Amino acid sequence: MTIFGVALLAICTLFGAVLGDLLGMMLGVKANVGGVGLAMIFLIAGRHCLVRRKLLNEGIKLGVGFWAAFYIPIVVAMAANQNVVAAVESGPMVAIAAIATVLACFAAVALISRMSGRTETMDEIEAREGTLTPKVAQQDGLGSVVR
Amino acid sequence: MIAEAISHALRVNALLTAFAFVGLVMWLSAALSKYLTMGRVHGSAIAIMIGLALAFWGGIVTGGKSGLSDIPMLSGIGLMGGAMLRDFAIVATAFEVDVEKAKKAGLIGAVALVLGTILPFIVGALAAAAYGYTDAVSMTTIGAGAVTYIVGPVTGAAIGADSAVIALSIATGVFKAVLVMIGTPFVAGMIGLNNPRTAMVFGGLMGTVSGVSAGLAATDRRLVPYGALTATFHTGFGCLVAPSIFYLIVRLIVGN
Repeated sequence: MTIFGVALLAICTLFGAVLGDLLGMMLGVKANVGGVGLAMIFLIAGRHCLVRRKLLNEGIKLGVGFWAAFYIPIVVAMAANQNVVAAVESGPMVAIAAIATVLACFAAVALISRMSGRTETMDEIEAREGTLTPKVAQQDGLGSVVR
Repeated sequence: MIAEAISHALRVNALLTAFAFVGLVMWLSAALSKYLTMGRVHGSAIAIMIGLALAFWGGIVTGGKSGLSDIPMLSGIGLMGGAMLRDFAIVATAFEVDVEKAKKAGLIGAVALVLGTILPFIVGALAAAAYGYTDAVSMTTIGAGAVTYIVGPVTGAAIGADSAVIALSIATGVFKAVLVMIGTPFVAGMIGLNNPRTAMVFGGLMGTVSGVSAGLAATDRRLVPYGALTATFHTGFGCLVAPSIFYLIVRLIVGN
């Protein structure tokens, strides 16, 4: 039944919230310490249990899946609630933080991919497996190789 | 008379009004993504930017602090985007995580994931401090926003950040996601993004599933599943460590 999925999700979220609050109290900070992350771990564990006992049915999936699909619209609503007028007054911080972050992460990708040595590229894998078939313009619009 | 009836119906059914309104925004964003950016900028990022822009407009019009939801007819947006439903929906996304698939990403995926959370956090927190947000709560929230636009507000709400700071953290995350979407094809050659392993490292480091999928799709569509595999864990991991370990470390360093 669909409600079982929604209930499972609610129970995990509530458990996470309680545990997060308790952690906050124990650490002496007025905050919910990692509650959402903990709730996610409970849900992953719950799903794992259901799969192992073969109890995971379409109803449960639907109950959780609906809310998962609802996440971007909810984030849009959340964004529409914020005090953006006050945020704009802080100037170009957003752009600077974002650009610096992306550059740092690109550099880290380059570093890790060089450190870990050479691996087969996607083309080589496909050539080896003989799956390199003529494709009509890989739809990316950026003019990468047309095979 | 008709106008009054409509406004009454919209006000008493505030949450339904919010669903209809956000649905309209999402539809518009999907259209803009498809026809204006040729699918290069993901519709979700455009929708969040529209949300922030509307919050700005709402703030100007009403002089309030809660963006669009200060307009009586749109007060349902406040409930829809409030902490309760937000946490509920975000937790739900973890249901798609498959433990078996997680093992495939392996050690290098895990290293990328950890680095991809720490690095943006430090950069974001430093940028916040440089612009005068020197308290631990604001630095943590904006640093978390640089991880992803979800981790930012979740962290901010958990540790009690100001709404303006939360708005900054969302904006930072969205801006980052858009940069990843647009910039990836241009740097792909330089950073060796032509094999599944680098794609997994890339997904773990850059985070934001929307940014990674769109960026990789524009580079080489075959790499998308590898990048998404590690990026999926990014938000969950961030929500776990940002309002806990990271916040406590920042508090230790800068005091309250």
